[in-house]
Amino acid sequence: MEVRVANVRKEFERFPALHDVSLDIKSGELIALLGPSGSGKTTLLRLIAGLERPTRGNIFFGDEDASHKSIQERNVGFVFQHYALFRHMTVADNIGFGLKVRHGSSRPPAQEIRRRASELLDLVQLSGLEKRYPAQLSGGQRQRVALARAMAIEPKVLLLDEPFGALDAQVRRELRRWLREIHDATGHTTVFVTHDQEEALELADRVVVMSQGRIEQVGTADDIYDAPNSPFVYGFIGESSSLPVKVENGEIWLADRPIGLAAPPNEPSGEATLYFRPHHVELLDGCSGCIAGTVAASRRVAGTRRVELEIGGERQRVEIELPVDHPAAQKSRVAFRPGRWKLFPPA
Amino acid sequence: MTTAPAQAGWRFKQPSVIPGFGLTLGFSLAYLTLIILIPLSGLLWRSAALGWPEFWAIATDRRTINALRISFGTAFLAAAVNVVFGTLVAWVLVRYRFPGRRIVDAMVDLPFALPTAVAGIALTTLYAPNGWIGKLLMPLGIKVAYTPLGIVIALVFIGLPFVVRTVQPIMEEIDREVEEAAATLGANRLQIITRVLFPGLAPAIVTGFALAFARGVGEYGSVIFIAGNLPYKSEIAPLLIVIRLEEYNYPAATAIAAIMLALSFIMLLVVNLVQTWSRKRYA
Repeated sequence: MEVRVANVRKEFERFPALHDVSLDIKSGELIALLGPSGSGKTTLLRLIAGLERPTRGNIFFGDEDASHKSIQERNVGFVFQHYALFRHMTVADNIGFGLKVRHGSSRPPAQEIRRRASELLDLVQLSGLEKRYPAQLSGGQRQRVALARAMAIEPKVLLLDEPFGALDAQVRRELRRWLREIHDATGHTTVFVTHDQEEALELADRVVVMSQGRIEQVGTADDIYDAPNSPFVYGFIGESSSLPVKVENGEIWLADRPIGLAAPPNEPSGEATLYFRPHHVELLDGCSGCIAGTVAASRRVAGTRRVELEIGGERQRVEIELPVDHPAAQKSRVAFRPGRWKLFPPA
Repeated sequence: MTTAPAQAGWRFKQPSVIPGFGLTLGFSLAYLTLIILIPLSGLLWRSAALGWPEFWAIATDRRTINALRISFGTAFLAAAVNVVFGTLVAWVLVRYRFPGRRIVDAMVDLPFALPTAVAGIALTTLYAPNGWIGKLLMPLGIKVAYTPLGIVIALVFIGLPFVVRTVQPIMEEIDREVEEAAATLGANRLQIITRVLFPGLAPAIVTGFALAFARGVGEYGSVIFIAGNLPYKSEIAPLLIVIRLEEYNYPAATAIAAIMLALSFIMLLVVNLVQTWSRKRYA
């Protein structure tokens, strides 16, 4: 089922949580809503589910306007961060709940519900735990049950609110891979909220980066990582360094020296901020047309060495990454030029 | 130093970083003995002095049986009423924010604090055939004061806080997300209440019921004013005990008390077993 969010605004007691957000989700897609806390990602998810009503704007399921449908009518599967399982019901009863509360002819017979519950338990790899109570399961198992419960009603969309947020790192990684497999097998349109960029980039077909109630960028992991379209995305996704520069005569200047980079053709002259990734740098020997700085600190981080440089008279600090055994790391002065970079208006 | 061999099964003392196990347990036992055990065993001892045939004669006396039936019956009814409306009051207090909520919240405790005789007199004045409410009920043929119905009303008043105060904290702990989850799965309001919320509250409600019931069985002060105290009709067991005492018939008084004690103990034991069973399942 396609989901279209059209110009949605949501206010909580006059305080805007979402400003004019629009988003198209294709059928069968796995989408991540990624952002820091307070960015409105959970609010957007709850709006799609119908757990909140938009102050303005509409939400379409396919061609149908769902904005004024009740939660019950929307037929969405929602998975909560803290599982929200029914404690007094067995695992099988939890999964079958959505079918049992149906009315009249749409309610399958009890035997069919039981069959469907064990089928879903097989799918989430918890076969044989039908009779257990949620209290007797581990966190990861509970979240699997919660997902099975959400899928039991054959939802139009599957919505997951920080599904792995309460689990430890090991289980998280495992469940991430597993969720991808489930998604590929069942083909549900799925939206999940996370503040973990690794999770979002690894798992999702497309990532929606949000900040302060707005969508900053929508794109594949490659788009988001390699071509961030705002300083926020540059800073939020992966590592980044920035320097205040000047654009003049189609060249980029740092203080009074050109750094050997040509500005994009329609970049206006004047102040700007240069963003680049610490590992997208090219080290140089001499320095005509480069950025040079004195080494202020050097740290070993996993497979690389991260070097902090002080640049120019104003002692601007930037970080670059070097291979561990690179000789430049021993030197007191390092010259480099960003390989991939982008200019944004001055901060 | 030798290490103690690992003991299998039940151990008297659990190793713990918190000191004072022996002291606190000893104190608790001594305290309970003084306050509860000695008086109760004195009671049993006195009634045992009676001899079985006499005890049986008192126990099967129609006046005794009626008094016990009225005591336990009205207490049961009142506790049942309180379960329904006490839960409702707790719900309103937990779920809604309205002006005066704190005042209502404080009011719930009043039956705890008010001398029960005062409550009895106030209720009698209201429900007597010429009282404010009694006057309205009279034409409908409903007589409240000086009947078992009056006893039930007095016990409802006395028992309300027990239900509200046991259910309220559990209700506050209910996770909104559980309700939201049920709603996304298609459950309507009624189904959410009956299938999701109520089962979670049931153990607390049972506890509240037990407390209100136990309190109602033992209640004396408020009831004697509104009951009319007609033997066989609206005489409660505690009153019968007092009457026997005033007749210096101590064995009869202790015999009735012992029966009440046994019945109450059985009821509370059953409630506790239900609790343990449900806790094992859901906790």
